[in-house]
Amino acid sequence: MSVGSEIRTTPFHKMHVDAGAKMVPFAGYEMPVSYPLGIKKEHNHTRERAGLFDVSHMGQIRLSGEQAMSALESLVPVDIIDLPLMKTRYALFTSENGGVLDDLMVTNLGDNTLFLVVNAACKHADYEHLQHHLGASCELELYDDLALLALQGPKASSVLSALAPEVEEMTFMTAMQLMINNIDCFVTRSGYTGEDGFEISVSAQDAENLADILLSSDEVEWIGLGARDSLRLEAGLSLYGHELDSSHSPVESSLNWALSKVRRLGKEREGNYLGDNIILDQLENGSDTKVVGLLPEGRMPVRDGAIIQDENGNQVGYVTSGGFGPTLNQPISIARLETKFTNSQSKIFALVREKKIAVEIVKLPFVKHNYYRG
Amino acid sequence: MSIKYSEDHEWVDAKEDDLVVIGITDFAQEQLGDLVYVELPEVGDECTKGENISVIESVKAASDLVAPVSGSIIEVNSRLEDEPEIVTEDSMGEGWFIKVKLSDPAELDELMDEEAYNSFIEE
Repeated sequence: MSVGSEIRTTPFHKMHVDAGAKMVPFAGYEMPVSYPLGIKKEHNHTRERAGLFDVSHMGQIRLSGEQAMSALESLVPVDIIDLPLMKTRYALFTSENGGVLDDLMVTNLGDNTLFLVVNAACKHADYEHLQHHLGASCELELYDDLALLALQGPKASSVLSALAPEVEEMTFMTAMQLMINNIDCFVTRSGYTGEDGFEISVSAQDAENLADILLSSDEVEWIGLGARDSLRLEAGLSLYGHELDSSHSPVESSLNWALSKVRRLGKEREGNYLGDNIILDQLENGSDTKVVGLLPEGRMPVRDGAIIQDENGNQVGYVTSGGFGPTLNQPISIARLETKFTNSQSKIFALVREKKIAVEIVKLPFVKHNYYRG
Repeated sequence: MSIKYSEDHEWVDAKEDDLVVIGITDFAQEQLGDLVYVELPEVGDECTKGENISVIESVKAASDLVAPVSGSIIEVNSRLEDEPEIVTEDSMGEGWFIKVKLSDPAELDELMDEEAYNSFIEE
């Protein structure tokens, strides 16, 4: 008997099976990788209309206490103290060596309370990390009775506002507590597809009912993890364990934009988070590696782990995520490269099954973000 | 001559005594999902039963096409290079992969008939 390997399910499990989903184990949960529509059509449906994603495997954590905001700042290189009420911000848990332990979304609920959404595979480690560093000063709860749905795509807003008109007032990265057909929902205007959309936190008990209401719209289809990955890849969004890991800093992962000004060198609340010396130094002086977008020549997908070489056959990097972008109808990859090669004009190649595929370095995202900023 | 099937989910259609057309089954196509790329062998290549001869890539992953028989490749369906979706649409027909001149026609006898294959995939 294996111990501790019990596979969990989300409150939508039966709905996925009934919808004909192909279920796979993912981060300790049995999750839908695709539905009968197939990954490509699910992907396109999300870009053109609205996709509904079960992301209940992700961790939802409440952090509260008089010092909650300043306390969280000791673990992230991000401005939390000045995060306005009901605004959401992207953040990263760093380690002593400057690496990334996880990436997360933080919302200020008011009353010295923060709501965090973290990656499924990291949620227990994140909770331990928070407990270890902040447990003495803050109250913490990792919810196990909440579901999380993402409604993403250009029609997400009209679908949701038909049920709760006040969402029209929301802009990207804001939050609202609202009722949808008498179901209590906590909604943020955010997502992981590059499209406009919402993430909706709801009690496990009301979860199926809410999904049924959303799916009753002609615009909405269930979308699996397969399309979730191709959508985020096109949107150039980092995936933990791929672009982000504990041995690379946020600077090495090209996430400088996420490092708040006020926490940088010489600013008001400089440093004072784990690994600050290393990260601040890299912000000033640059890092040895960077994460960039790659367009492979031809039709062959260049996937995770493929080695990147220069013209002389020296390794200069590796692919962190790669596959096929249905919106672009061509292969796309994200790679970690030696910084000196990210701006050079010399040709670089990816090795796939011993073949050399020419790759072009491009700016991320591959597909323009369609966030609603008002 | 009827169509035979391999445990790797290929169909083998014997046109003449030693000439076969090979493709992947509808079951395989459904399991793979949307195909985005097919890497075909070269005409003139030799294939050996059990060895990889081609790579099939879906949005999600790359899979190998394992030779169900041995012989020399006399034709490849180069349409698949630009239109891999043909396999999804018509895996048993227009979506064929290669034509092989068998070096050992007796290998055909080791493959399954339709009935055996259908019960194989139900397991």
